Amino acid sequence: MTEPDAQPTARPATRFDDQWDDEPDTGAIEPVSITAYPNGPLLVRGPFEILTPTGEVIPPRRKTVALCRCGVSSLKPFCDGSHKAIGFRTEQEPPAPQPPLS
Amino acid sequence: MRLPTSRGPVSGGLLELLNTSPAAPDTGLASALRERTAAALADTADIVKDDDLQTALFLAYELRYSGLHGVDDDWEWHPEVLALCAAIEAAFEQALRERASVPDLPAPGVESVAAALFELTGSDTGPSVSRYLAKKATDEQAREFLILRSIYQLKEADPHTWAIPRLRRHAKAALVEIQADEYGGGRFDRIHAELFARTLRGVGLDATNGHYVDVVPAITLASSNMMTMFGTHRRLRGAIAGHLAAFEMTSSLPNRLYGNGFRRLGYDADVTFYFDEHVEADAVHEQIAARDLAGSLATDEPELLEDVFFGAAAGLYVDGLAGAQQIEAWTAGASALRVPQSAAVPA
Repeated sequence: MTEPDAQPTARPATRFDDQWDDEPDTGAIEPVSITAYPNGPLLVRGPFEILTPTGEVIPPRRKTVALCRCGVSSLKPFCDGSHKAIGFRTEQEPPAPQPPLS
Repeated sequence: MRLPTSRGPVSGGLLELLNTSPAAPDTGLASALRERTAAALADTADIVKDDDLQTALFLAYELRYSGLHGVDDDWEWHPEVLALCAAIEAAFEQALRERASVPDLPAPGVESVAAALFELTGSDTGPSVSRYLAKKATDEQAREFLILRSIYQLKEADPHTWAIPRLRRHAKAALVEIQADEYGGGRFDRIHAELFARTLRGVGLDATNGHYVDVVPAITLASSNMMTMFGTHRRLRGAIAGHLAAFEMTSSLPNRLYGNGFRRLGYDADVTFYFDEHVEADAVHEQIAARDLAGSLATDEPELLEDVFFGAAAGLYVDGLAGAQQIEAWTAGASALRVPQSAAVPA
């Protein structure tokens, strides 16, 4: 009965909006994106490589990966959901923009 | 799928009807089935655990998936089959709505919905099949666990895929991102259902879809039927989104325990890979499902907010019942199956 596409949405702009709504595909190289999920891992999307300390590539098992940021995953660098068991909490607000490195 | 055996007048009547031609259905069989269904729905002690009604619904739904051996595919959209589904679905949905513990609803926003879903799934205190598997299960019980899981896991992800064309915008993109991973990113040997088949074969069980339908209790069929019902009704797209979120959010930690259980029993990576893969995969999926799927859907279509939580709570309720039944049987030294498979000879 409803037409969701016709309704205004209160959702703030996201990377998807930036990437797809405003800028149709121009053939530019897709950037790697890292999204901090509240009280949880960092989700990494795009043409990334994850390396061991000695520089070997850890073969990715999926297109989008979740990286541990609570420190207790048994699958590091990947998330295994353990942050829920230890009640890991992140700050409410994203950090203020930093000046770019020169 | 091969035809299951009858568990009563409704599933038996449906099997008889499906054995005829949908172009010229036997009107006597059709009207008898309608009467038997109405009587069974009036008499059932508990539709969620009703062997006959859940088997009939499972049979009818299988026409939407792999089909039934020897049954004309035209039955899938035949009015007699759709009427049977509609009658059982109405009572099944009503029972789930009465019993699922839907929490106080949050405001419809991405943050608020995700936080409330994590709260709901984190406070689920049902009996833990995963802890039992990790610490106590015998080899026979572990194999029963796989047999019970095979009903859904051999079509893993399929019921939720129905929702893709029914969603828009961020919720659709999120569901596609999850489902693509469920289907191995397009690689056959990484499809999760195929990984589960490998696990079944690794312990000497049959990995043919539906092979064990006759030996599982009604609640196992109800768990699968619930997903198909939510997934194949556009009206229930909020519920299937919520179901997937709750499913993913209660998956990564248990899967680590399942893997540990099979390692404890001496199985190698061929058997445990499915579980180990899900620890990592579902830690990704739960974030996407809670925020980008369920949160976005409830934001874009706030009238679906309640159904998002209904779907999540119904999933926890039914799978909690199934888990309780398994633990109760195993701790009593009994089989969790309708027909114990201990005599089965491993391949």
